[in-house]
Amino acid sequence: MKQPKTLFDKVWDAHVVTAVPDGPQVLYIDKHLIHEVTSPQAFNELEKRGIPIARPDQIVATADHNTPTLDQHLPVRDPLSRNQLTELSKNCKKHGITLYGLGHKYNGIVHVMAPELGITQPGMTLVCGDSHTSTHGAFGTIAFGIGTSQVAQVFASQCLLLEKPKKMRITVNGELAAGVLPKDVILYIIAKIGTNAGTGYFCEYAGSVFENMSMEGRMTVCNMSIEMGARGGMIAPDQTTFDYIKDRKFAPEGNAFAKAVSYWKTLPTDAEAVFDKEYHFAAEDIAPMITYGTNPGMGIKINDHIPVTGDMTFEKALAYMNFSKGERLLDTPINYVFIGSCTNSRIEDFRVAAQYVKGKTKAAHVTAWLVPGSQQVVQQLETEGLKEVFEEAGFVLRQPGCSACLAMNDDKIPSGEYCVSTSNRNFEGRQGQGAKTILASPLVAAATAIAGKIVDITNTLTV
Amino acid sequence: MEPFVTLKARAVPLATENIDTDQIIPARFLKATSKKGFGKNVFRDWRFDKTGHLNYEFPLNQKKYEGAQILVAGTNFGCGSSREHAAWALVDYGFKVVISSFFADIFKGNALNNGLLPITVDASFLKQLLLEIQTTPQLQLEVDLEKQELHTPTQKTSFAIDAYKKMCLLQGYDDIDYLLSQKESISAFEAQHTLSTL
Ligand code: SF4
Repeated sequence: MKQPKTLFDKVWDAHVVTAVPDGPQVLYIDKHLIHEVTSPQAFNELEKRGIPIARPDQIVATADHNTPTLDQHLPVRDPLSRNQLTELSKNCKKHGITLYGLGHKYNGIVHVMAPELGITQPGMTLVCGDSHTSTHGAFGTIAFGIGTSQVAQVFASQCLLLEKPKKMRITVNGELAAGVLPKDVILYIIAKIGTNAGTGYFCEYAGSVFENMSMEGRMTVCNMSIEMGARGGMIAPDQTTFDYIKDRKFAPEGNAFAKAVSYWKTLPTDAEAVFDKEYHFAAEDIAPMITYGTNPGMGIKINDHIPVTGDMTFEKALAYMNFSKGERLLDTPINYVFIGSCTNSRIEDFRVAAQYVKGKTKAAHVTAWLVPGSQQVVQQLETEGLKEVFEEAGFVLRQPGCSACLAMNDDKIPSGEYCVSTSNRNFEGRQGQGAKTILASPLVAAATAIAGKIVDITNTLTV
Repeated sequence: MEPFVTLKARAVPLATENIDTDQIIPARFLKATSKKGFGKNVFRDWRFDKTGHLNYEFPLNQKKYEGAQILVAGTNFGCGSSREHAAWALVDYGFKVVISSFFADIFKGNALNNGLLPITVDASFLKQLLLEIQTTPQLQLEVDLEKQELHTPTQKTSFAIDAYKKMCLLQGYDDIDYLLSQKESISAFEAQHTLSTL
């Protein structure tokens, strides 16, 4: 009998070219996504060593990390940012790499635009010089973030030298309560298992909660795998996956699609396969979550109290956030709300927010940035009439990009201010020097913008 | 890449745990297109206060740790973003070794790819070491990569490193060199791979 394999094993093993004796394996990479911030040094490295790019046809580039979210039709004002964008265009042109640059109808955050275009497909290996590449694992893809030296390695050889990671599985079964979104599921998991429970592992998410989730939701979950230390997360491809991919720009067509689907159907983990580590949670225990500290593991249910004890990191985090032990965060006044980032800037995220916002008005003191993940999301917002809903409620939609998720451009939260954010990292200064980030779902973020403070949405929802 | 064989140097303690790459090098300094010059902004928001003055509480700014080439840091060092700029910044600042009881995956790989040796020691060794360099800043540590040993005046430990990575560091050889040497098997793989999937 054939050895039972996990989804991860099947995809990984199909990509091993060879191995260094007693050392790492050479893993073949199918798709390579690049952006302006982590690619220039890799292009330079190859140039310096006179090495050509192995498979420019397998690379897709976008500009996202360092782009303005207003007036994108105008020249970028910051000279350093402009220089990075010019370098990217120059490099892509020179090497024949497809670039969806600023203003292009396919431009967007790399982890939003690629799945939208059908570039991400089950059974592939996909990398990008960005840790949230784990997002693409939602399709049953081995997808992970790499450093710039590795970007150069993939440029040079279409391969990476890697130790095969261990395997873990997180199973969540049951029915999620009203108002509990995929973001809450992953924040809950990380709060339970900690920010390095996944180090050295690739994680598979299994169970009815993920089976019943949309592709957008699965991407939100896989996106944050890195926040528990895992290199990547994966969810078995199923009909939801196939339906999502079908007819997208880069999806296989006709017979090729049917053939692909029959291959994709062989990928899910075999019943007898063994994981190195397993966790189980019940959907009924999960509630809308928020973070109170400076790493994504410092999360609590929205109406819970901050723990009363903790280690050095805990003390330091509370001091930075200006919160006290045992305190509840309900009613904390909030001046900034950010709905965006590769975690929560897809159409579904804005639909949830719009549904809540409809007919209400944003609190006057709140600055709310709504930053769609891609030009295609912008289009959808217009077609579905959501743009109007937001505008009537006093929100302004900005143009796509990473924006206040990492605050490399002008979208910075002022020092000392709290920001309820749908992004993935609440590290000190992540959203701007001295900014205090509270991570939450798009629904909690929308409710915060309306109330002007953190409110308990658990009682009021029937969605 | 510069080969790494042995190092005898002083160390600076940074006991903070879970130091993420956003702290090592904040995003607003990632706008350069070369690998040079990041050292001046390493730990920027800890080294300087809000008014841009040096914060003398921060160990890196203290005279007694000047010229240290080894960073001894709390557990889970380098978590967060994949930005290799974090490794470049530490190297550019002058560090050759980072010691901690736990490293985030991507950071570890990035460090090794830039000739910065991450040494994982057990928690009690780390605790003792932090204490020692806090009380005796002049202390010299010795790292022998060939033997995979780390010596302090009072303790000695061996550390693990992947055999291939060790060879790379000792010889100043990198993954690109290796991968290019495998061109033929990669092409052969590619030929059958494209057919077997889509
Ligand atoms: S939105 Fe944030 S996490 Fe996502 S790719 Fe951009 S910077 Fe990285």
